[in-house]
Amino acid sequence: MKEIYLDNNATTKVDEAVFEEMKPYFCELYGNPSSMHYFGGQVQSKTTEARKRVADLLGASPDEIIFTACGTESDNTAIRSALEVLPDRRHIITSRVEHPAVLTQCRNLTAKGYRVTEIGVDSAGRLDMDEYKKAIDDDTAIVSFMWANNETGVIFPVEEAAAIAKANGAQFHTDAVQAVGKIPINMAASKIDMLSLSGHKLHAPKGIGALYVRKGTPFRPLMVGGHQEKSRRAGTENAAAIIALGKACQLAGEFMEAENTTVKAKCERLEKALLAAIPHARVNGGGADRLPNTTSIAFEFVEGEAILLLLSELGICASSGSACTSGSLEPSHVLRAMGVPFTCAHGSIRFSLSRYSTDSEIDAVIKELPPIIARLRQMSPFGREFLK
Amino acid sequence: MWDYTPKVKDHFLNPRNVGDIPDADAVGEVGSLACGDALKLYLKLDDNKEKIVDAKFQTFGCASAIASSSALTEMVKGKTLDEALAVSNQDIAEFLGGLPEEKMHCSVMGQEALEVAIFKYRGLEVPDHDAEHDHGHAYPDYEGTLVCKCFGITDTFLKKVIADNHLTTSEQVTNFTKAGGACGSCIPKIKELIAEVLGQAKEAAAKPKLSNLKKMQLVQEVLERDIRPMLRADGGDLELIDIDGDHVQIAFRKACAGCASSGNTAKFVEMKLRELVYDGLRVQEV
Repeated sequence: MKEIYLDNNATTKVDEAVFEEMKPYFCELYGNPSSMHYFGGQVQSKTTEARKRVADLLGASPDEIIFTACGTESDNTAIRSALEVLPDRRHIITSRVEHPAVLTQCRNLTAKGYRVTEIGVDSAGRLDMDEYKKAIDDDTAIVSFMWANNETGVIFPVEEAAAIAKANGAQFHTDAVQAVGKIPINMAASKIDMLSLSGHKLHAPKGIGALYVRKGTPFRPLMVGGHQEKSRRAGTENAAAIIALGKACQLAGEFMEAENTTVKAKCERLEKALLAAIPHARVNGGGADRLPNTTSIAFEFVEGEAILLLLSELGICASSGSACTSGSLEPSHVLRAMGVPFTCAHGSIRFSLSRYSTDSEIDAVIKELPPIIARLRQMSPFGREFLK
Repeated sequence: MWDYTPKVKDHFLNPRNVGDIPDADAVGEVGSLACGDALKLYLKLDDNKEKIVDAKFQTFGCASAIASSSALTEMVKGKTLDEALAVSNQDIAEFLGGLPEEKMHCSVMGQEALEVAIFKYRGLEVPDHDAEHDHGHAYPDYEGTLVCKCFGITDTFLKKVIADNHLTTSEQVTNFTKAGGACGSCIPKIKELIAEVLGQAKEAAAKPKLSNLKKMQLVQEVLERDIRPMLRADGGDLELIDIDGDHVQIAFRKACAGCASSGNTAKFVEMKLRELVYDGLRVQEV
């Protein structure tokens, strides 16, 4: 069974060209980029090139890029750093729909005496900017809003939010793990202080991430030890993965237009066809500006895990905001923050495409999903009258 | 991905007895859309109104909820109402070759629907309950003080599940009943309930020792009444070979003999005997 992989917001295939690029740096060119000899030096020249490639995708300068192990590390580093460099400020602002990498860390900080405000969203998943403007004050050390939501793809107005943070003397961080490589980003014309990204969301391997820190932004490292990353992130560089991330960012730049034309068209076609074929379905975040590759659709009267497993039997890989898939008992915090009724939240399915997604894969989902929903609805005690 | 057994997968992908029985004698409904799972169970009795001749279900829920419902309908067919009432959530899980602990609440939901159906049929009054949250307090036996507000679960119901399944941690209680799984504010209360039940269990364990004769009688009784019918339903059986002190020697027969999971079955037999006869019993397969 060939997989039909439409779960690219969870992770992506490593691009063959990316894999080729990193391959020599395991068994042959295994030097330490910090070494003085030629053998390490040839690795260093490649990691320098990678840093430039990452910076180019972001419209940043290479020395604003710090390599980390993952998006979560980047998020943790940014928030901790802001609190350390602004020790007199004890207030953190974030949103209710952040990834746990941000949200859990903020909530844990309340135990250390920090005040945390989680800004809400409307029913389309849009950030409540008025609530944000009211919440921010001269005690706010850091504002952290995601650029785009992983579950719904809804895009937040981070530039506008950053300007407000700066006007109040706070640092602004954005978790851009889902945005980088999917929509154009230009840090040269931005007020954002820090930005997190993750390699495995854009066809680089797992275990590599980066944190952008604007030149001149006061910063304290989370990991201390050696002088790597200009003492901003100690620990021997994961050279092969850094080189891979550089290549992946270069390719993401090249495919940016395709992402926002052909990938977007496939995603829209999928969404429209499913809504047309399946009654009592609605798009989560349908009224908002969204990523080109993501659609989250709620199917009433059925439960997400059952849908996913029946799709999985056919090789189709997607994801769900349902409670049962995560091991928790409540539907996703994102859908609940949006006020999506529980009746819909339990049956929400997310499809996330990539440049590898084909028209025939989209056709397969359009063909297979409607009977699956019909079958589960036939089994469900709810909505039978509705659906007659 | 959940590590579902082949039997769970089979009952999810090919559920038995889906649908309704228009002239059902007994109908039991638990759960809701808000809870994330719900089950409506229909039972049809024979002309003497003794035996269950048909059972059907409608389920909203995950794979293990659908599989548990399917298993339940298969298990109760052919049983008398009293025999059906003896089906526990462990029996449902066991029938499916086990469920991930986080999914045990699905088996509890099945057992609950069965009890609701039979209680209602017998004319025991079922009070109007909160339409959104109705796990655990859908019938009079389980009236009590509300503990988990998020899922609407009472102390009486929790104590029953804690005792029946020998639960010792609040995480287990959440996995089995969902209680404490949303806002978490009732977890301290759940811990108190566990302590209370464990206290009672200790007292029970401290009961005077059974005489050897009484022990043998009870073991035989439990095997005949609670265990062999279940094995037979799956085409298997067992034979009691000897009882030597606390060691109960059994031999598996028919489909159970040479079955790859007979070790699990032996453990299950031991669990049942310990629960119903005496905590110190050990089962040996010979």
